[in-house]
Amino acid sequence: MEHALKTPRETSSPDPTRRPQTVVRPAEESGTPQVKMRTELLRAWFGPTEVLKGISLPILKNRVTAIIGPSGCGKSTLLRCLNRMHEVVPGARVEGKAYLDEQNIYEASVNPIRVRQRIGMVFQKANPFPTMSIRNNVLAGLRLQGVRPRSPDELVEKALRQAALWDEVKDILDRSGVSLSGGQQQRLCIARALVLEPEVLLMDEPCSALDPIATAKIEDLIYELRNSYTVVIVTHNMQQAARVADFTAFLYLGELIEYDKTDTIFRTPRDPRTEAYITGRFG
Amino acid sequence: MESDSKQSQETLREPQPSLATIGPEKAFVAICRLAVALPLLLLVVLVVDAVVDGWPRLSWGFLTGYPSRNPEIAGILPALAGSAAVIVLTAVMAIPVGVGAAIYLEEYTKPGRLTSLIELNISNLAGVPSIIYGLLGLELFVRAMQMGRSLLAGAATLALLVLPAVIMTSREALRTVPYSLREACYALGADRWQTIWRVVLPMSLPGILTGIILSVARAIGETAPLIMIGALTYVAFLPDSLMSPFTALPIQIFNWVSRPQKGFHTNAAAGIVVLLVLMLLLNATAIWLRVRLQRRVNW
Ligand SMILES: Nc1ncnc2c1ncn2[C@@H]1O[C@H](COP(=O)(O)OP(=O)(O)OP(=O)(O)O)[C@@H](O)[C@H]1O
Ligand SMILES: [Mg+2]
Repeated sequence: MEHALKTPRETSSPDPTRRPQTVVRPAEESGTPQVKMRTELLRAWFGPTEVLKGISLPILKNRVTAIIGPSGCGKSTLLRCLNRMHEVVPGARVEGKAYLDEQNIYEASVNPIRVRQRIGMVFQKANPFPTMSIRNNVLAGLRLQGVRPRSPDELVEKALRQAALWDEVKDILDRSGVSLSGGQQQRLCIARALVLEPEVLLMDEPCSALDPIATAKIEDLIYELRNSYTVVIVTHNMQQAARVADFTAFLYLGELIEYDKTDTIFRTPRDPRTEAYITGRFG
Repeated sequence: MESDSKQSQETLREPQPSLATIGPEKAFVAICRLAVALPLLLLVVLVVDAVVDGWPRLSWGFLTGYPSRNPEIAGILPALAGSAAVIVLTAVMAIPVGVGAAIYLEEYTKPGRLTSLIELNISNLAGVPSIIYGLLGLELFVRAMQMGRSLLAGAATLALLVLPAVIMTSREALRTVPYSLREACYALGADRWQTIWRVVLPMSLPGILTGIILSVARAIGETAPLIMIGALTYVAFLPDSLMSPFTALPIQIFNWVSRPQKGFHTNAAAGIVVLLVLMLLLNATAIWLRVRLQRRVNW
């Protein structure tokens, strides 16, 4: 088991439909990727408690970056700082800088609403709107941003197909979003974020409530998304990080311990704490 | 294997209760049942008493008649119309202000000393005796604002009276909307205004409506403040404008009860039945609305 955790890419997948594990990564395909986002000494507080202690992390364009680390280390907080959702919590505070296309999103002149329109988010806990039907949940973001799509039904179907939910809900699109199971709600929230086509998609444990088949579909989706988007994913599942992420950041007690290519992190971690975590010796 | 499952079946079965094993839980439940039954019983006695007393006068003519010196032909139409007009006006004034205040307090203020002071005051205001509101109405609306003893002054006074309750129930309803849903809305690029209108209000609407109806229903039975601002006890005409003098059902009942003639006491009992039916209708509407809207929310 320890071996599998450490070098997951060499273990053969039991599911024959999975794409080959030794895939040629575009990182190697096409020169140096651009930096889409980066944080600079980013610090975050909940009241008096500092939960992020100066994180400097690049997020490369058209790549998937995974954030891993033990529970409570600040992964969700870091993710929420990237689209200015942290400050929405009463008493929460952010210091430092985060850049989107080299513009600091924490500058006073920046409107956080514009930031969130460009950086989509899927939360750790599914949160579909109970007063809206499944269809309207998918379209909620567009409606809120004042967009009137010309063919909303097509958009709904496309997003739900991408989120691997279409077959299960195509006949009940008018039911409330909360009439679905937990895992279905999670995929509904993914569809809701996808329909907005954000430049960056932040996903906080998007597969935590999903069965292996749905998980595989979402992982395939994430893998496809990198062609047009930049994805940051928080996960507790080492194999998942190894499967979908080009780069991996290991967070521990609010600090960035190590950031590197996923291969490097999982094969030859530099920090003993990283190694201990990915081999399951603590967490 | 077999004996194993038999044993586990055995442990699932409840032991036969014996007199000695009537534990504290059973005693507690028994006392609670009594506590529920007593007020219900009292209510039934009250209603039955009123219905028995007022039965001879409960007729269509009673509802559509005007007051008279003769109890046999006296009716409650002006009082009924006055009550209806006052309640509608009260709701028109109290709902926007109350719900608005609740939204402001819940969604716009930051928790702090001033906010908690305001909160404390609102809950205190809800407990102020209604006759004080009557005094306030008399000074403020009838005299200072020169509304006279009008429908408008009465409704304004009752609006003040129900306002704290409307604010508090609306806030409670707003608070039931989970934080995660507001977050979901912000993360989709919405601003606070959109979040309130598209997510928070639709979700809390059943609670807000129920609270409004129950608060306003309470105002139907209010007598003291209306007497205070000088609603008339003998009105032989229907209110025809906001400034028209008026009477209300509880005042008419109060007036009849204080008459010496037996016939008027029968009228009062009949009036009480009408008032109770009105209250029950309003409360039933509140429950029906809540169930209906909630089903829409959950399904
Ligand atoms: N709303 C909050 N108020 C106060 N402290 C909080 C709040 N949310 C999180 N924290 C604290 O901040 C720290 C980081 O939390 P965060 O949610 O970012 O952890 P995480 O890495 O996402 O954990 P998990 O893997 O369990 O989701 C934790 O120690 C937690 O106790
Ligand atoms: Mg988290």
